[in-house]
Amino acid sequence: MTLLEINDLTVNFYTEDGVVTAVDDLSYRIESGETFGVVGESGAGKSVTALSLMRLIEDPGRIESGEILFKGEDLLEMSEAEIRSVRGNEIAMIFQDAQTALNPVYSVGEQISEAIRHHLNYSDAEARDRTIQLLDRVGIPDAESRYDDYPHEFSGGMQQRAVIAMALSCDPDLLIADEPTTALDVTTEAKILDQIQDLADEFDTAVQLITHDLGVVAKICERVMVMYAGRPVEKAPVEDLYYDPKHPYTVGLMSSIPRIGDERDRLQTIPGTMPDLVDVPPGCAFHPRCPYAEESCAQKQPPLVDPETGDAATAADDRAAACLEYTGDLEGELEFEVSVEGEDPLLEEGQDAR
Amino acid sequence: MSLRRFIAKRVLLIFPILFGVSVITFALVHITPGDPVDVVVALNPDISPAEEARLRARYGLNDPIWEQYLDWLVGVLQGDFGKVIATDRAVSTVIVERLPETIALGLFGWVFAVIIAVPAGIYAAVRKDELGDHVSRFLALSGISIPNFWLGLMLILVGALTLNLWPVLAPRTALYSPEMLWYLLLPGITIGTASASTLMRIMRSSMAEEMNKEYVTAARAKGLPERTVVLKHVLRNSLISVTTVAAFLTASIVSGSVVVEQVFGWPGLGRALISAVSNREIDLILGITLFIGVAIILANLVADILYAVLDPRIRYD
Repeated sequence: MTLLEINDLTVNFYTEDGVVTAVDDLSYRIESGETFGVVGESGAGKSVTALSLMRLIEDPGRIESGEILFKGEDLLEMSEAEIRSVRGNEIAMIFQDAQTALNPVYSVGEQISEAIRHHLNYSDAEARDRTIQLLDRVGIPDAESRYDDYPHEFSGGMQQRAVIAMALSCDPDLLIADEPTTALDVTTEAKILDQIQDLADEFDTAVQLITHDLGVVAKICERVMVMYAGRPVEKAPVEDLYYDPKHPYTVGLMSSIPRIGDERDRLQTIPGTMPDLVDVPPGCAFHPRCPYAEESCAQKQPPLVDPETGDAATAADDRAAACLEYTGDLEGELEFEVSVEGEDPLLEEGQDAR
Repeated sequence: MSLRRFIAKRVLLIFPILFGVSVITFALVHITPGDPVDVVVALNPDISPAEEARLRARYGLNDPIWEQYLDWLVGVLQGDFGKVIATDRAVSTVIVERLPETIALGLFGWVFAVIIAVPAGIYAAVRKDELGDHVSRFLALSGISIPNFWLGLMLILVGALTLNLWPVLAPRTALYSPEMLWYLLLPGITIGTASASTLMRIMRSSMAEEMNKEYVTAARAKGLPERTVVLKHVLRNSLISVTTVAAFLTASIVSGSVVVEQVFGWPGLGRALISAVSNREIDLILGITLFIGVAIILANLVADILYAVLDPRIRYD
């Protein structure tokens, strides 16, 4: 069942430097219970997308157009009171930096309990009990006595767990995890990710996982969307994305992952940086960094299409890429190879990606 | 335990500060030409030069300045703050008598400032860059810019002479009585306006700054009503910096009382200080100055303690 469907979402920021389109014509969907990955560099519009889902875009930002259908209802059409009853209750968010997401002057327990009291109408004592259970469930040792601790008395990993407990407090149907592990060390990161996955399974919660880490995506996501400069450039089930990437940017991201046993002396990177959103290059925003770019790439903005047929993709399509290659506007070919090391059920080693 | 040690340390710090205050005040009074005997002689032209010299000798005014200071200090350490030469009354008696008047006025002004500033600051921060914010900024800047003596005179002019709601001078009834609140209104507003304005601006900027923090977005993401987000999450964080400023404002309220008491004929310490200065009553000047010093130090101590109560991250150890 489709839990969330986003159609043609555009979010603009009216800054002093001009209008910045942080999210441009974005469409995707999330099924109940699945884990959906959103990948991209900083500034690709991942967090803005997440905040849009909860209608928490603040001045000078504005959701310009599109619709966000959650369980069939358009969140953008809801009244302020209606959207508040969705926030934290049906759609909850795990923030990137738990340290700043927790209010320093209230105890951790209180910050979880208040949402429970508000949405589920629990009494103080009931909310306290539920919070202690949640803290225990996310792995805070001695949860009962830590209830009254303040955020600064928690370690970074514990703060992140507390934020996860907060997001799960009202048993949401959709969990938005905005780079939930970037502030943590690698071992804690692995534990937290396992935990998010376990809890999502246990509570049958769909997860939109926002990350710039393709390793994380490979580990826990089922379908993935790659974003660049506010636009989706590729959407694919996770195996397809890794074994058969369709967009040069995805390929670039893949080859910048360091691997154990790698014989390269230097890590491969994508040349250049993501453009300033005030001044996005014409045509395909990625063309200045793209090794396959041609003249037409600077003139025509590639639409998101089905790479097999070249037909325009919608939120319902699982496989889509935005490159002129697939609309037949490119003279050359995308010549890259995907090599898979170790055992691989899907592809032969060295098979041409196209 | 650590809080108790912190308080003890701060209380001990009072003494060096007061020593400094007394030395500076003592020196300043002596730089000013004239002494209490000059004032007495000016009022009684019959006094002969011989008598004048005797008076000076009697009050030790001919001694070297450091000896005069030491005499005074020894007295203070024994609990004797000296005498008012013209009336022969003990300085401590005068202070005890005048103190309640100033406390009533200062407290009223302070409470007025906080009651106006905190809600106005919240309002301005929530309505940032909207009309309400601009209006409150205009009012606050006016409040800071208007000299308190002028504001006092205008309030008397309008309240007493035009509207006939107040007498020009407050009658001397029991200080802590309900009707006294009415008479405290004009001087209280006068003394509190500048503080209210400063405090309101601090409240607004502190609140506006907190509003941009991520915990606010997180609180909204929990689905809490905006009211709870602002009045529970943001307010307590912004009050941390406001508390410190509110305590510092005690100093400006105390110094404001000197002028405002004069304008309203309010018989408090401030007015006593002005007459002490014009009569060169050095012991009284020193006594009142020291007293103001203690009050300001204590207000700051209270602020530091409140700071720890409001912000769990602060621990005095």
